[in-house]
Amino acid sequence: MLEHKLITKHIGNIDPLSIDDYVGVGGYAMFKKALGMTRLDIHDAFEASKLRGRGGAGFPVAIKLMAMAKETRKPKYVICNADEGEPGNFKDRYLMENNPHQIIEGMLIAAYATGSSHGYLYIRGEYAQSMATMQQAIEAARQAGYLGSNILNSRFDFDLEIRSGAGSYVCGEEFALLESIEGKAGRTRVKPPFPTAKGLFNQPTLINNVETLATFPVIIAMGGEAYAKIGTPTSTGTKLISLSGNVRKKGVYEVPFGVSMRKIIEELGGGVGAGRKIQMIQLGGACGPIIPEYMLDMVIDFERFEEFESKTGAGAIIVIDDRHDMFAILEQVSEFFTHESCGKCTPCREGNVHMRNVLRRFVNKTATEQDLLMLENQARVIHQTSLCGLGQTAPTAIISTLHYFRFDYLNRIEDSMQEVA
Amino acid sequence: MELTAVLQAYPKEQTYLLEILLKYQASKPTHHLEEDELTAIADHLGLPASHVFSVVSFYSFFSMTPRGRYILQFCRDVPCHISDTFSVRETLETLLGIKTGETTEDGVFTLEYSSCLGACDLAPVLRVNDTLYHHLTVDKIKAILAEIRSGSDA
Repeated sequence: MLEHKLITKHIGNIDPLSIDDYVGVGGYAMFKKALGMTRLDIHDAFEASKLRGRGGAGFPVAIKLMAMAKETRKPKYVICNADEGEPGNFKDRYLMENNPHQIIEGMLIAAYATGSSHGYLYIRGEYAQSMATMQQAIEAARQAGYLGSNILNSRFDFDLEIRSGAGSYVCGEEFALLESIEGKAGRTRVKPPFPTAKGLFNQPTLINNVETLATFPVIIAMGGEAYAKIGTPTSTGTKLISLSGNVRKKGVYEVPFGVSMRKIIEELGGGVGAGRKIQMIQLGGACGPIIPEYMLDMVIDFERFEEFESKTGAGAIIVIDDRHDMFAILEQVSEFFTHESCGKCTPCREGNVHMRNVLRRFVNKTATEQDLLMLENQARVIHQTSLCGLGQTAPTAIISTLHYFRFDYLNRIEDSMQEVA
Repeated sequence: MELTAVLQAYPKEQTYLLEILLKYQASKPTHHLEEDELTAIADHLGLPASHVFSVVSFYSFFSMTPRGRYILQFCRDVPCHISDTFSVRETLETLLGIKTGETTEDGVFTLEYSSCLGACDLAPVLRVNDTLYHHLTVDKIKAILAEIRSGSDA
């Protein structure tokens, strides 16, 4: 079995809107178990689990928990980042719409472990269905006594509310997200200080992705050591993969780390259509690298990917078959970042426009060698000098194709010269 | 919905600014916000009007020009782009007789581009107000438009 269902185990077997169904499969029992543990025990379980954030950056969860626990200023906040705006990712939507209570339970465990009294679920504005499902689940949890004051007579208080995004990709970046909840434009802050020290309303704030928080009950259930045995020594546990593009069976799949991308595409996704070949895949989403078919045997693993200056991101795999022009795809990616740049720092605001203009010349077959050099230069500058993750990763697809598909660039320049002649 | 009713539904704090703007705009058939309304919201929350204008211009969900009762948003990011065997954008523009960013003369439809709608497993997709339509074909798009037209009082 390629799939290993830990956090998606109950999906399909329960009515997402029925809290009784969730409790029936052991739901909220892990929160109760956590209430009987010390905060240090909970931290130790997460440290042993080696769980890393599932939102794209892969930051160790235990470090954030410890940083929060050390803060004495109150109130403290827990935020679930459900601003899943990265093109090609839809696994957080899948979790919210199919098992909302598991996310609430994860937030409860996180809140108890960090001494937080209030939570926010920041959901992107496009996800109307997710918002409706989560809202109903929150109300049911409140009625059942899992949210509010003195929860289950434990003297622990926690409540949470949903906040809607308004069509801004950059708000998935943690500081932009905080600004947005505060009622401001989503422009990032300079860090440090990090959110665990100065987050929402300048108070200590834990921010984690939906999938990460949905894993919290699983780790309390299994224990950290058992969780760490799944996956690889450096990337433990399972990962949700959003598989899309030119494959037969698109969808969300939960696999242990250490599985190769080829297996995911061939065995779970059913491969590409008849008579087609995989040309390339884009990993992680618009901010991720585009890599050639021959690299598909690489396994999903944080460290392995970093060797290739690559990232698993939030786990999107976009399969691109041989019908598509690489430059048209790069233009779409570039168009996306031009649209979504918040405009605060110059390299990202201006640079993305320049890169898009150069790419258009490759699409139109009017590119020159000078364009290639210019594109390389621009991509490097934007990557190195942008303020936040958006700008730093905006040129990733371009940088990776300049490396793996250099001949395509050179061929296109030659085609361009012939068009002129 | 009256603006005062929306304002009263939320605590008088800056943190609810986006919620107020979203809720009020969604309640208007024209799906847009006007200058005097933004000023009133700013006064209510004790914020400079410039702050509210800056927020409205930052987020792509907000509009200061009147839009149609149905906002059609198509996605052109890579997963949808490569799943098209036809152009969703061109199909919609032709059928509606407008360009992206414009509203039909009868005020029923506004056509917009949206960043990824997070339904790449169902690509290509179209969002109509809060409803998602998926696995689009040219015929399906025609049917969606006809269904809305027959259901709307236009």
